[in-house]
Amino acid sequence: MQKDIRRLSLILLFTPFALWIVLLIILPHIGMVILSLREKVAPRVYEYGLANYIDFINEPIYWNTLLRTGMMSLLVTTLALLIGFPIAYYIAKIAGNRTRGALFLLCLIPLWVSDLIRAFGWILLLRETGVVSSTLVWAGIINQPIEFLYNDVTVVVGLVYTVILFMIVPLVSTLDGMDNSMIEAGYNLGGNGPTVLRRIIIPYAMPGIVAGCIVVFMLTAGSYLTPILLGGKNSSWFTEQIYDQFITRYNWESGAAFGFLLLAFTSIVVWLGLKLSGQTLSTTVAKS
Amino acid sequence: MAQRKNPAILFGYRLYVLAFFIFLAAPLLAAGLFAFNDSLFPTLPWRGFTLNWFFNDTEPQLGMFHDRRLLRGLYYSSIIAIMVSVLSVFVGTCNAFLFVRGNFPAKNFFYILMVIPLVIPGVILGISILVLASSMANSVENAFDIDLGMLRPGIFLVVLGQFSFITTITSLVITARLKKFDETMEEAAFNLGASRIRVLRTVTLPFLFPAMFAAGIVSFLVSFENFNTTLFLVGSEAPLTITMYDRMVKVGSTPVLNAVSFFLMVGSALLALLSIVAQRDKSGT
Amino acid sequence: MSGAPSFPVNCVAQHMETTAEYDLECISVSKKFGTVQAVDDVSLTIPKGSFFSILGPSGCGKTTLMRMIAGFEHPNSGDIRIKGKSVVNTPPNKRNVKMVFQHLALFPMMNVFENIAYGLRCGGVPASEIETRVKDVLERIALPDVANREIHQLSGGQKQRIAIARCMVLKPDVLLLDEPLGALDLKLREAMKIELKLLQHQFETTFLYITHDQSEALVMSDNVAVMNSGKFEQIGTPQNLYHDPATAFVAGFVGDTNRWAGKATSSNGSVIKLETDTGRQVSGAARGTGKISQGDKVTAFVRPEHITAEKLDKKSRAQTAAAKNVISGTVESLLFNGANSRVLVRDQSGDLVEAEVVLTGGSQDMKPGDDVTLNWAAQQTMCFVT
Repeated sequence: MQKDIRRLSLILLFTPFALWIVLLIILPHIGMVILSLREKVAPRVYEYGLANYIDFINEPIYWNTLLRTGMMSLLVTTLALLIGFPIAYYIAKIAGNRTRGALFLLCLIPLWVSDLIRAFGWILLLRETGVVSSTLVWAGIINQPIEFLYNDVTVVVGLVYTVILFMIVPLVSTLDGMDNSMIEAGYNLGGNGPTVLRRIIIPYAMPGIVAGCIVVFMLTAGSYLTPILLGGKNSSWFTEQIYDQFITRYNWESGAAFGFLLLAFTSIVVWLGLKLSGQTLSTTVAKS
Repeated sequence: MAQRKNPAILFGYRLYVLAFFIFLAAPLLAAGLFAFNDSLFPTLPWRGFTLNWFFNDTEPQLGMFHDRRLLRGLYYSSIIAIMVSVLSVFVGTCNAFLFVRGNFPAKNFFYILMVIPLVIPGVILGISILVLASSMANSVENAFDIDLGMLRPGIFLVVLGQFSFITTITSLVITARLKKFDETMEEAAFNLGASRIRVLRTVTLPFLFPAMFAAGIVSFLVSFENFNTTLFLVGSEAPLTITMYDRMVKVGSTPVLNAVSFFLMVGSALLALLSIVAQRDKSGT
Repeated sequence: MSGAPSFPVNCVAQHMETTAEYDLECISVSKKFGTVQAVDDVSLTIPKGSFFSILGPSGCGKTTLMRMIAGFEHPNSGDIRIKGKSVVNTPPNKRNVKMVFQHLALFPMMNVFENIAYGLRCGGVPASEIETRVKDVLERIALPDVANREIHQLSGGQKQRIAIARCMVLKPDVLLLDEPLGALDLKLREAMKIELKLLQHQFETTFLYITHDQSEALVMSDNVAVMNSGKFEQIGTPQNLYHDPATAFVAGFVGDTNRWAGKATSSNGSVIKLETDTGRQVSGAARGTGKISQGDKVTAFVRPEHITAEKLDKKSRAQTAAAKNVISGTVESLLFNGANSRVLVRDQSGDLVEAEVVLTGGSQDMKPGDDVTLNWAAQQTMCFVT
């Protein structure tokens, strides 16, 4: 009887999980792949084939955009790590007890501010009539207002800004769990700053680093608002192409193909990253 | 402290941290503060303090609390966020019990399946759910001539779309807490004569409650600010982020958007604080 | 007792049962996990109101046995009786056996009062009675003022007593304690040993105590069962186990000993001669049930306090009886511990032998490097067939 109760509760617990994963994740993705293999040849007449993917390969704009999105996302991930790691280390290991809590709060509180508001803030700062430009004119450094928006540097800065907290927060938790005496032992055994960092701190923080990188990379590659609002109409971000196919051209088949390509591309990058760092999904993202 | 850094380097390090926090705050301040500028445009120069962008009821300075469309957006966002939180906390709690207590084949594989929605780009979640829902609605319509309105873009699909990845967040938060639970506490309660249901109600759930509460708040916030997934699934009931985006693209930036931004930032900061306080373990173990 | 007539049914049953002088009986209890035989045909009876310990190394099955008595595990065979009644098919929340867990398992989200009242609430005791019974039990454990404290505000020793009170308020037939002192620091552990014994006297309830720490078991218990690899090696009083171990395992596990492996060179029933693996000749006495015959492999144990160490220069004392074992060696180091000081002597065959010495602090004390003789009676060499 005890066994029956166990089995029953296992089934009861498994049902919501299965419904969620099957109905909202697996089936939709299968549906998307099937749709992407379909082509409209006449009204209400469809053929199955790889036509949408062949279109993608034949049109350089499409795959250029995908490659550009991937490269920029990698750049943003690297920058977020380089800028974020010292901050996380400062919060977790150098700041005094009280400042640590305060600084961590300062990171946690804006974590859930919408991309839209962040991008809006940057627009107000950087546009031609914005705060930075008019301050510079007022200070006499420049004599003409400058447009800082609509270039790649601004897009990268905006993207780094949007995602960096998702790098810092897991890193702080990882570094926080590291025993200070490990660092002390490193120095005690004759290590200097760089060796302790390279041989002790970074290997210890690796799961956190990889988790942060995966989340940041996926968020960046899948972001829509920041590139559009800060980069303008020709920011060439791949999610824009997907939106364009789906909403503007109402070509769902090709949009689904693009969606699948983005998913496959980003998954391969993440997979490569995991292989190279010797981590797995369950030691990194699943832990945070 | 283990550091034996010389003071100049430490000073430089501190400056860097300070610069970072200025970088972090600048756009948020810009987005928030212009809400109080008595001007038709969110730009310098500063023309004096006003609360018109919140409370004024006439054009051209129509305040956010009198702007019908923004209020409607706020209302829909709240409805969606509440439904998503309730659903995802419920499923997240079930998942936590399933993966911490359950014993079944291929558990690791299923656990990874549970985590994956978090790393799928939101845009793709949006379109894939849109595609499936529409094709289901179309087949039902062709076969039975019934229009299943709820499978067309609208609140129901938005809730499903957001739920699909927010559940991963709640599951991870609640699982982490349940893992810390000392199972002998349940045995102790049995031993003292409690029934299975009573143990769950008086011992296990009270222990999990802070994590469930925090997970609920985080779901609420993530749902509220979500744009990418929502964009593809939204019908005529546009939530606030969509309404704001629309306004930004069609009308351009106006200080009423700053007012909404300010309102949202303060609201989410308060909720985030609340979730942090709730998760703080008072037993100090 | 508090005078509240709580379980009248039990009282009747107690008078009617013939075997009721035993609070707890285990009859040939066995439990297997997969291929591992965790508990193997174990039987024990615990008389009413006594303090009984199960002593064994970790992994010997003692925790499994206790969990079967509490009802968290189901035995594969055998019977468990509480006050003469079989409880094998009673779920854990219906058994009147309460348990103090290793890490106490106090509920952190409830205060002290709620923790103690928890079991009473589950049993549907009316609120006014709960109030008086919690108050009463808090007085008995000498913590009358902590009812409204949170658990994390208590000290380690207070938590311990609250965990016991939470069980005792339900007037259990048997109280199980699963190494509850393990998490305490040494000083507090010593104090709690005495306290536990006093509490047991005060509540007049049967305590079944599980531990891997022999000093806890020896100090507190009326009877101790030594358990190893799922089986009981010996059940007896603490003195009994110490002075008259039934098996080699008990001799080695209970108390400190010198231990040698060797071979019997001659045997006349009780007194034997043996040669250790390092070549030393020792005379000893067969203990336990197994008879030792010539040529048997033997393990010999001598407790340090039975070995007398003397400096060689004191020629005056005669090496008396032939039954005595005498060996000579060099002091390697002193282990000073007040009245329990020991000396480590390297003998001529290269073995290290531990012996008790008196270190007064005077110039006559032994020093490392001194040549000494060690001697002890053959009776004190406890020999077991291996």
